[in-house]
Amino acid sequence: MSPRRLFHAVRPGDDLLIRGAHVLDPRTDLDEPLDILIRNGRIVELSPPAPPAQPGGLPASDQIDIVDAGGKHVFPGFVDPHVHLRTPGQEYKEDLDTGTAAAAAGGYCAVVAMPNTAPTVDTAAVLGSLIERAQREARVPVGFLASITRGLGGQELTEMAELRDLGAIGFTDDGKPVVSAGMLRKALQYQRLCGGIVALHEEDPALSADGVMHEGAVSARLGLAGIPSVSESTMIARDSALALYEDARVHFQHLSAIESVQALASAKEAGARVSGEASPHHLTLTDDMVRTLDSRFKMNPPLRSEADRQALVEGLRSGVIECVATDHAPHAVHEKEVPFEQAPMGTTGLETAFAALYTELVLPGELELATVIERMTAGAGLYDLPTPTIAVGEEANLCLVDLDTTWEVGEDGYVSRSSNSCFHGRTLHGRVMLTLAAGAVVYRRPMLIREEHARSGAGAAHGEGR
Amino acid sequence: MSTASRMPRHLISIDDLDRSGIEQVLDRAESFAEVSGREIKKVPALRGRTIINLFYEASTRTSSSFELAAKRLSADVVNVRSAGSSVDKGESLKDTVQTLSAYDPAAIVIRSPHAGAAQLVAGWTDAAVVNAGDGKHEHPTQALLDVFTLRRRFGSLDRLKIWIVGDVTHSRVARSDILAFTRMGADVTVCGPPTLLPRQIEALGCAARPTLDRVDEADVIYVLRMQHERMHQSFVPSLREYAGRYQINDRRLRPDQLVMHPGPVNRGVELSAAVIDSEQALIGEQVKAGVAVRMAVLYELLVGSPVLAAVA
Repeated sequence: MSPRRLFHAVRPGDDLLIRGAHVLDPRTDLDEPLDILIRNGRIVELSPPAPPAQPGGLPASDQIDIVDAGGKHVFPGFVDPHVHLRTPGQEYKEDLDTGTAAAAAGGYCAVVAMPNTAPTVDTAAVLGSLIERAQREARVPVGFLASITRGLGGQELTEMAELRDLGAIGFTDDGKPVVSAGMLRKALQYQRLCGGIVALHEEDPALSADGVMHEGAVSARLGLAGIPSVSESTMIARDSALALYEDARVHFQHLSAIESVQALASAKEAGARVSGEASPHHLTLTDDMVRTLDSRFKMNPPLRSEADRQALVEGLRSGVIECVATDHAPHAVHEKEVPFEQAPMGTTGLETAFAALYTELVLPGELELATVIERMTAGAGLYDLPTPTIAVGEEANLCLVDLDTTWEVGEDGYVSRSSNSCFHGRTLHGRVMLTLAAGAVVYRRPMLIREEHARSGAGAAHGEGR
Repeated sequence: MSTASRMPRHLISIDDLDRSGIEQVLDRAESFAEVSGREIKKVPALRGRTIINLFYEASTRTSSSFELAAKRLSADVVNVRSAGSSVDKGESLKDTVQTLSAYDPAAIVIRSPHAGAAQLVAGWTDAAVVNAGDGKHEHPTQALLDVFTLRRRFGSLDRLKIWIVGDVTHSRVARSDILAFTRMGADVTVCGPPTLLPRQIEALGCAARPTLDRVDEADVIYVLRMQHERMHQSFVPSLREYAGRYQINDRRLRPDQLVMHPGPVNRGVELSAAVIDSEQALIGEQVKAGVAVRMAVLYELLVGSPVLAAVA
């Protein structure tokens, strides 16, 4: 028997009738308005929508909560294979409660947490206590990757088999590359014993050195040390060769450069069992944003050029890049409120992922909505987790999204404990209204009535200015 | 002052000034240069106002000339250096700036080893902020005094050919100079070892060359300081090889070419001793221009702007 690999504070399944939403699930070919009846956390009926005033359709019994979702969309819940929940050790940035609440607010029904915590998730003891905490605190199911090397030191393998037995989904030294090809090779060999994906943060530190942003015209202008694209792509090429040689299963995290997409495509052509992810920020923003010297735009890998961004979008469209991953990386205000070079790398992403992709890629016609939904859920399959599916008999893992809602990122604060969003202040289209994860309602946006009150009341009563 | 352009609130980058803004500062600097020739080198323009010089990096020329500039404008001056201050005790830049802002300074002059520091400070204080060098990003008052020096010599920078030679990658002076020189109409070429020329530096509007082969086309050669530490990082194999390829000396210098340098000079590395001491070097004039130009910057930001003057 394989152990469980997702953990959360289990709540009883909810009963809910979601009425009249347009249901889009690319895997089941659903793309039509439907009523969704959920009982005990399971989808028990999908049927053509009944007009609210008339009888027929699904029974609207007195006991069931009805969500009138006409004009809104229901998607399978998103799965994020790459988040930093900062637990244990850096709970002032994020913890399992706030991080999974942020995930729920973003429409996610499962997330996978990285092990670069303090201490590193590199022993059964650390992983075991983390799993216990998740079972008490996590609002949506969380999976954990353990580190490949002890303390992310790159010198000694962790007890990978024991970590897998306890519930680790796989392994990564994310935040750092596995610099030594020999060390990585041993991990890939050991994967044959214990299974589990090996996920890699690819960066040659000899090339990235003290770089803080993409090397290009903007870094030349700002006098900031650059991280060349080839610091990522050369490592992807190297590790693809190792994956092929050892017939190992390898996933490349947060691709950022055109050369990296090309390296991944060639590796696949050569027959390597490799996959890749891209983040909403790399898919929608470029290094031009760094001209502001705002540390919200400092992340690793860095935002790169427009040509890189387009290559990532094309890679996602074609499927060379299988999935979207936020690399949600919370940092405290005081850590980010420093000169760019001194600020830690990373942006939050869970609460904005869908809206950013919808606004910047779907609305302008760069990607189909169905493609975005498929890629935002595909991380599950890559990590051997159940893929959220909208079908009768399935556990309810879904989100309700109002594509017509426009909002300013940060206007109501953030659900995450941290506010370092690279989309802060941006106007985005599409807002998650409701999320169900593992059968339970984990997020429900306070209804629009409140906002309308606020708008109509404020101007007349108080007037403007002083 | 009939065509006075609106001054920005802060001087963070040369990009804060258009050509007429630069000319306005330089015209003002001309009048202050005259003050510096008097026996009593002082005008009452900023009497009763406070200027804080916040220096997180060692500096001789810039800090002393900012201090003198403020004093010659009759401002009260406070100098805060990172060594021996609360910065040493781990206070953040934001906390330091907010503490100093409680003294209600008219301006904060900041030098920092980090790009963007001046811009951050501007967001945390009501004072006008002057960037006295932020990391490898910009050093706008150095560029203004360089333009001032050239304008005095040539009348105009239009179509002047200026080569900037040396470690461009690590030079905030080079970046501000490229922007200021090109804005004033000059043709700028940067030249240095390929390891010390940033990729895509041409995006700033200059040409880039790896050798001095065509340096005889330059009217002015602006030589950058070669920092010894670059050698240890293997940007150049040795100072000897660097000097052999890039040193400006009498062998390379035509008699009608002029030489500039932001200081401090490594004699015998980027410049030969003979060139430093020759008539062709404008290095002394640059230093002298520093005080007048910084007086002009403080004056224009705090007093001279028609917009701000109307408020005051």
